[in-house]
Order: sequence, then structure tokens, then C-alpha cells
Amino acid sequence: MTPTVLILGATSDMAVAIARRYAAGNYAIQLAARKPEQLYALQQDLHIRSGAAVTTHAFDALDFDSHHTFYHQLPVKPDVVICVFGYLGSQETGQQNWQEASRILHTNYTGAVSVLNVVAEDMAARRSGAIVGISSVAGERGRMSNYLYGSAKAGFTAYLSGLRNRLFHAGVHVMSVQPGFVYTRMTEDLTLPPLLTARPEDVAKDIFKAVIAKKNVIYTKWFWRYIMFIIRSIPEFIFKKMKL
Amino acid sequence: MRKQLSNWGNYPVLTCEESSFSQEEQLKQYVDTHDHIIARGNGRCYGDASLGEHSVSTLRYDKALLFDVETGDFECQAGMTLDQVLEITVPKGWFLPVTPGTKFITVGGAVASDVHGKNHHAEGSFSNHIIRMDVLTGKGLITCSRDNNSDLYWATCGGMGLTGIITSVRFRLKKIATAYIRQKQIKAENLDEILRLFDEHAHYTYSMAWIDCLQKGKAFGRSILIVGEHATPGELNHKQGRDPLVLPPKMKLTVPFNLPSFALNNFSVKAFNALYYGKNYKKVMEGVVPYEPFFYPLDAIHHWNRGYGRDGFVQYQFVLPIDRKEGLTAILRAISDKGWGSFLAVLKVFGKQDDLISFPMEGYTLALDFPVRKGLFPFLDELDALVLQYGGRLYLTKDARMQQEVFWKSYPNAAKFMDIVRTYNPGGKFRSVQSDRLLLTPQ
Ligand SMILES: Cc1cc2nc3c(=O)[nH]c(=O)nc-3n(C[C@H](O)[C@H](O)[C@H](O)COP(=O)(O)OP(=O)(O)OC[C@H]3O[C@@H](n4cnc5c(N)ncnc54)[C@H](O)[C@@H]3O)c2cc1C
Repeated sequence: MTPTVLILGATSDMAVAIARRYAAGNYAIQLAARKPEQLYALQQDLHIRSGAAVTTHAFDALDFDSHHTFYHQLPVKPDVVICVFGYLGSQETGQQNWQEASRILHTNYTGAVSVLNVVAEDMAARRSGAIVGISSVAGERGRMSNYLYGSAKAGFTAYLSGLRNRLFHAGVHVMSVQPGFVYTRMTEDLTLPPLLTARPEDVAKDIFKAVIAKKNVIYTKWFWRYIMFIIRSIPEFIFKKMKL
Repeated sequence: MRKQLSNWGNYPVLTCEESSFSQEEQLKQYVDTHDHIIARGNGRCYGDASLGEHSVSTLRYDKALLFDVETGDFECQAGMTLDQVLEITVPKGWFLPVTPGTKFITVGGAVASDVHGKNHHAEGSFSNHIIRMDVLTGKGLITCSRDNNSDLYWATCGGMGLTGIITSVRFRLKKIATAYIRQKQIKAENLDEILRLFDEHAHYTYSMAWIDCLQKGKAFGRSILIVGEHATPGELNHKQGRDPLVLPPKMKLTVPFNLPSFALNNFSVKAFNALYYGKNYKKVMEGVVPYEPFFYPLDAIHHWNRGYGRDGFVQYQFVLPIDRKEGLTAILRAISDKGWGSFLAVLKVFGKQDDLISFPMEGYTLALDFPVRKGLFPFLDELDALVLQYGGRLYLTKDARMQQEVFWKSYPNAAKFMDIVRTYNPGGKFRSVQSDRLLLTPQ
């Protein structure tokens, strides 16, 4: 039988690349986003490229109460769930304005936890499945330029590692993805160093392979693991003086 | 965000704001709130045609919308690149009706430049195969075709983005039985011979020639004609025949950084050309090759444009009417006299003109690369004078420096084109550095 992947937050560039990679791998695809009418073109695209069965679903990360119904109304229970949505927001605005801050925190952390809790219960009961969470290297050390986003991603990273620990015993695989810089619409206003920056297709390829290999934590590009090791190792009394 | 942008020739480099969209609403909102906008595909035009104050990248708007494997009708968002189209359609037995010499261009770019391929004499240019398209004009999103809003349709084909942003295109593919080309290469001693060979091989669907521009005397215009047809399954060898619509995996080469400009000089160009035309090359060579090296010989070397160094280069492509071939001699002579070598000199024969503002006209077209250096632009102005004298014109998508009068004297439908542009682009919302330079921006 064809396996099914559910992609949460399917309108982002990263999600498009992931969906295409899974479609090429002969998965049936469930696309979920706030405005499902925006998924029509992607649905056609995936179907034309690979003949995949593709369905679209309304999903709002911030509407926590709807998550249980959303998941249980899916036509098929997915084998792989990939949590891609996220909100970078503006650190500066968030410092002064709680609305922006809370949107950053709730999208990247609470919303993700809320929906993955539901998924986890179902997969644990079925004793099968894989959950992939796209976190960020920004969560590994708070920096003045984006610690609201970073702290939410840090929470998400810790959540995923706890979930991995728990679900291991139920035969469910949980993988965390720590992307560094990626060229997407979200980052197009930043100047990114080309050698350190991945394309969404590269991230998608990495994820597809790593899920099959049942990896726990992947960094993409791979050398971010070492970059982050160095960044984590800088003593705090020096780190705080840097303007990062 | 403002950044330094340039297209394939790395000349000019300009400060532009580049933004992108992946949903139609995002684009609409952007167009409503900005002025001085120009669409940008993959930046494979050589010069300044897709540079402007606000260059809007279409590359994220790249979804396939329809593919009818019975009729070959294909529709996609305008930012899909030709290599993506091929990846989807070739395994199902369909090919692009027209393709330029690189597959790394977008469908929107193919329409806006009305690109031609090696089959122009037989099958026209890209727009000849369009069924319909959607354009976000200054008056909103409009669907157009030959029968419906046809003025917009004709002005958008080859219109360099000046009618607005093409958002989706439906066109008809071409049926193929294999992913291979039966090709024939014939060496010509000089210009007369190559032109004769073109005539003799006019029945081939695909043809083009490489010219060595640096030769004088008897070998003036020595060249290699390359012609081809889509191969039938019976023409494939055993290995190719196992999976006739799938190409073998290939290697990618890349030029990692700008070569110092001294790497390309008369000496190295001569050496390259000598190798290419080397003595042990047979007069006629035939074979069945995958479609990629046949159509896209340069795509195998990523970023070959960096080979011209930091200052970049311009491509000079002109066309002369079929009855003025003596102009080719005059222009090639001017080039070889001055010793302005060009790695790539590509000669093709065009069929009839397709529409209002497209580049092709029945005749001979030659494309040459010139690294930017002192004295180049005055020299190219001299060549322009020759092109005008022989009734020819230059290709807008490769232009970065032509003077206004050269354009207005050589495109007979320019005024008609501008009337339509004014209707759909009132006030000149859509404009590029090129359109400002050539007086193509409506006021
Ligand atoms: C190696 C090489 C070989 C080539 N060979 C050929 C050839 O054989 N024949 C040929 O005809 N050309 C050839 N070209 C030129 C190339 O095909 C054209 O310049 C093409 O238009 C580039 O498309 P792009 O997507 O990169 O668009 P860009 O270069 O970004 O833009 C080109 C023009 O199209 C407009 N445009 C792009 N997208 C849209 C849109 N969605 N709506 C409205 N306007 C738009 C831009 O405003 C600009 O005026 C070649 C180029 C290279 C680099």
C-alpha cells in the first residue's frame, strides 16, 4: 500500500520542496495550511509530476482547539507527519509589542506542541509512524537579533527530544531537523552567505533520506552541526559581548 | 531588500530591490503598492532587460497546472524553468516545441523574449505554440490568446515584460518517441560553404553552426554545421533502446569562480577554436546522442559565464535579411580585422517573423560573446551601423548597450507595440533599465 505523508504548513517553500520529494518517492500527500485554497496549484503540480494522490486540508497552527478534530478527520491516518510551519516575525517589533511576540512563540512552539500531541497519541496507539519537526539552529543559543524566535524553537527542540524518548518505546520514530540558513521567501530580505545557505530542495532531500535511515537529529547543511558546536562552546562572558 | 543584481553576462551590475511571490495574491498586492516593476525569471537574458528598481522574481511561482498526455497541452505558472518542464514531460513522450540553448530559463522568460531554437526555420519561435496565457497588467489580471485580447497577446510575446507580469502559460508540446537525437556534424572550410550547407540541409528540423571568427583568408568563416532530428526507437543502440525516454545519468562540471580576465584572450580563443576544428575531425560525423548535449551543450558546465572574468561580457546577436548575406561577410570581417575574439559564435537561419516585436526575421542570425573591456562599446556601435546598413536588427534579450535609434530604426512595429503597451501599462508601472534606455517606457 502507498504510504501517506501529512505536511503541516504546506504553503512555505520548504514544504513545497518536501512535498515534491515525497511525491517522487511515491507517497500519497496530505497538504495542510491555513488557506487551503492556496494549495490548489501545489496539489496539481504534485499530481502532474508523480501521479500522487494529493488531498488538501484546512489547518491553523494558532487555533489549538481545532487540532484534535483536524487530525481525526483526515481521510487516512498518515505514516509520516512533518511539521514545517513556523513564523520568523520581527524581533524588534516583538520586543515592544506582545501581539507579535506571542504570535512568534505560539506559532513556533505552542501550535506545534498542540498538534503533535494529537499525532503522538494516535501513532503511539498504532505503534507505528514517524514524526518530523523542523526546528532551527537559532534554538541552540539565544542571540540578540532573534531570541524570541530562537527561544520558541529551543522549546520545540526540547519537546521533540522528549517525544523521541517517549515514543521510542512505542515504536514511533521522532526526528528533529536543524536547518541553518535556507533560501526561502521568509529569508529573502536577509543577506545570507552563499556557502552556508541551503536550497529548500537540499533540505527536502536530507529529510527524506534521514527518515528512512531513522536518524534522530539532522543538521542541514551537515556542517551546521559543527558550526553550532563552536557557537555553543563560546563562554557566556564572551558571547554576551558579541553582537550577534 | 536592495542588492546587487546582474544577469548572465555579469554586465551591468546594478542595485535593485528583488522580491518574490509564491501566491497570486502576494503578487497582486505587490503590484498595487509599488511602481517601477519588472518581472525577472532566471536572469538568463544577458543584459539589463530584467533589471529595474523593483525586480520581481517569478522563480517561486513554479507549479505545473495541467498536462494532458493525450494532446500534449501543458500549463504551468510562469516561473517554472524549462528543465522542470522537460523532467515532467520527456518520460511521457513529450518535448518542448521550441527551446533556446539553455534549459535554465523560465516559461515566462521564454514568452517575454519569444525565444527561438534550432528549429526556427521549421517551427517558429516559442509563442507560435502558446494556447493562452494570463498576464497581470496595469489593469489587472487578463487572460489572452490569439482570439481573445489578442492585442495584449501579441504585445506580450517578445514584449520584454512591458505589458505586465505573465503569471501562467498554456502551450502545446511536441510528441517524441525517444529522448535522443540523430545528429550529423559537417565541417565547412569557409563562410560560402557553410551557407551552402545550411541550404542543402534545410529539410532538417534542427540546425545551427559554430563559427571560428578569427580566421582570415581562405579559412574565413570556417565552421561546423550541426543538424538533427528526434531519433526513432529503431535508431537507438541496444543500451539506449532499453529505456528510450530516459537519459543516462550525467556529470556536472562547474566553474567555481570568476576566472581572471587574462584567461580569455585571442590566444586562448584561438587555441580553443583550433582544438574544436582539430585536424583529425572528420568531414562528416553522425551519431545518436541524448537530447541534452545536443540542445544544451553549455549547461553541462555550470556558471561558464564566470569564465569571462569580473567585468563580465555582452552577447551580440543580430539578424540580417535572407537576401543580405554579404552583410555577414562585412561584419565577420570587421571582427576578425579588429581581433575581438569570441569563443562562441553561433550561426542560425531563421524562418518568417512570428509577431509584432519578436527578434527573428527570415534571414541569418549570428551570436557572439565579447568580454567587456576598453574600446568594446565604440566597436559595437560600429557593428550596429553595419547591421542597420544591411537591414538587420539586434536581439533585445541579449542587449545591454544599444542606442535608442538603433532599436527604433530596426523594429518596424515598434510604434504599434508601444501603443498596446500604453494601454496595458499606463504610466509605465512596468519598466526596466533597458526600457528606460531604449525609450520603451510609456510616460
Ligand atoms: C547559454 C544561453 C543560451 C541561450 N540561447 C538562446 C537561444 O538559443 N535562443 C533564444 O531565443 N534565447 C537564448 N538565450 C536567451 C534566453 O533564452 C532569454 O534571455 C530568456 O528570456 C531568459 O529567460 P529567463 O527566465 O532567465 O528571464 P530573464 O532573463 O530574467 O528575463 C528576460 C526577459 O523576460 C522578462 N520576463 C521574465 N519573466 C517574465 C514574466 N513572468 N512576465 C513577463 N516578463 C517576464 C523580463 O522582464 C526580461 O525582459 C540564451 C541564454 C543563455 C544564457
